[in-house]
Amino acid sequence: MARRVYMDHAAGKPVAPEILEVMMPYYTDKYGNPSSPHSWGNEARKAMEDARVKIVSLIAAKKPEEIFFTSGGTESNNLAIKGVAFRNKDRGNQIVATTAEHMSVMNPCKSLMKQGFAVTFVPVDKFGIVDLQALESAVTDKTTLVSIGYANGEIGTIQPIGEIAEIVHRKGASLHMDAVAAAGQVPINVQGENIDLMSISSNDMYGPRGMGALYVKTGTRIEPIIQGGGQERGLRSGTENIPAIVGMGKAAEIAKAEMKTEGQRLSQLRDQLVKRILESVPASFLNGHPTQRLPNNASLRFSYVEGESLILSLDMLGIACSSGSACTSKTLEPSHILLAIGLKHEEAHGSLLFTLGKQNTEEDVEYVAGALPDIVKRLRAMSPLTPKEMLS
Amino acid sequence: MYSDKVLDHFRNPRNMGEIPDADGVGTVGNPVCGDLMTIYIKVKDNRLADIKFKTFGCGAAIATSSMITELAKGKTLDEAMKITRGDVADNLGGLPPVKMHCSNLAADGLHAAIQDYLKKKGA
Repeated sequence: MARRVYMDHAAGKPVAPEILEVMMPYYTDKYGNPSSPHSWGNEARKAMEDARVKIVSLIAAKKPEEIFFTSGGTESNNLAIKGVAFRNKDRGNQIVATTAEHMSVMNPCKSLMKQGFAVTFVPVDKFGIVDLQALESAVTDKTTLVSIGYANGEIGTIQPIGEIAEIVHRKGASLHMDAVAAAGQVPINVQGENIDLMSISSNDMYGPRGMGALYVKTGTRIEPIIQGGGQERGLRSGTENIPAIVGMGKAAEIAKAEMKTEGQRLSQLRDQLVKRILESVPASFLNGHPTQRLPNNASLRFSYVEGESLILSLDMLGIACSSGSACTSKTLEPSHILLAIGLKHEEAHGSLLFTLGKQNTEEDVEYVAGALPDIVKRLRAMSPLTPKEMLS
Repeated sequence: MYSDKVLDHFRNPRNMGEIPDADGVGTVGNPVCGDLMTIYIKVKDNRLADIKFKTFGCGAAIATSSMITELAKGKTLDEAMKITRGDVADNLGGLPPVKMHCSNLAADGLHAAIQDYLKKKGA
């Protein structure tokens, strides 16, 4: 009977039934290996190439040969960053990223530093938008790759892609964008927006987990980080996960078809959620850009309370969300993204991330917005940081 | 991830609040790290007649604060000084390993409050 409201879609999404349905035959009946020359192999290969075309269509790539399937967003980011850095070592040893990238960009960059590459992390402003002047001066003739998130999955901010691409290409570097949070939610045109490499994830589009892709514009110099039988034209070896590839293709197709209506619907729900919470909870704030943000992202923070306590309290009412607090991280550090936009540690600890999805309704928004004021009030009554006048 | 006991103490914290005329006050932790805890005690005949807490932090921080007040109330100062972080965790049915260090501050808070009382008394 108790209501359950899942607003943690950045952490994981359900696989849509119509996606699962098209995947299933490739587990049980059509199990050929696409590398095999017989009819089973042909069947699998055709399914894989159909899926590739659907990804091309979603991101407006030029041709299917530019799409390489991987095990997900993390692998795509690793492949783009390390693959371009290693392949172009003869041209330069510098990589540029921002201070607010996903861990699967930050950590490959740090790993490259240990291997002798120079990595420059460009700051972002209080909304999470990259400092274009700093980018301009960071990119040099030694820079081979600039890696910037298309949109920030944690605070929702969408970058000014055109201006970034102009700077990067004028300086002769390649532009990689981590579009895991953005792909399927907002229209992306890799040709029109001049993106050289782009990471996307299947589950973030309601497809199966453990599946992703890297777009690599024809002519971009890159080498593999996983070697073996030479699948994916040598860039990503390993027997292809055909059911998941088929599922990701279907997910891309649905995402493209529904993007406009679902994007508008989610934006409205998100605005309603943010407005209701900011109005009803004192000392609450929105993280990220007020308008240039992902339709499903409501990142907020609440002074004097800690995020994990908020999550536990919400969970008791059947509500799921995330936090950038140290207490919810494996490293016991608050989110580097929240620190990168200039928040103090104690402010970052009080953050909550609601990411909406297809099944969320206006009633869900009302339920969450209605529950939060009392939860925050209760925790503030316990907190030694809460100003006395707020408790009366 | 948390035991039922931890969740119970998080949901219904015992002895939460301040003691305005406390005989001893101990504050441990740091909001920068995400956990800050203040323990207030009243001492009568060398025993902890009353104890309250206020805590900013995660579920484990709040539950350990609540548990220490239950463990310490009515104890002599010597007995209370012997309550360890391990005792607090054990009485909560265990804590996730990652929380044992950062959020299990309650015993330190209690000891700090008692030391504050002894210092004031000695002065």
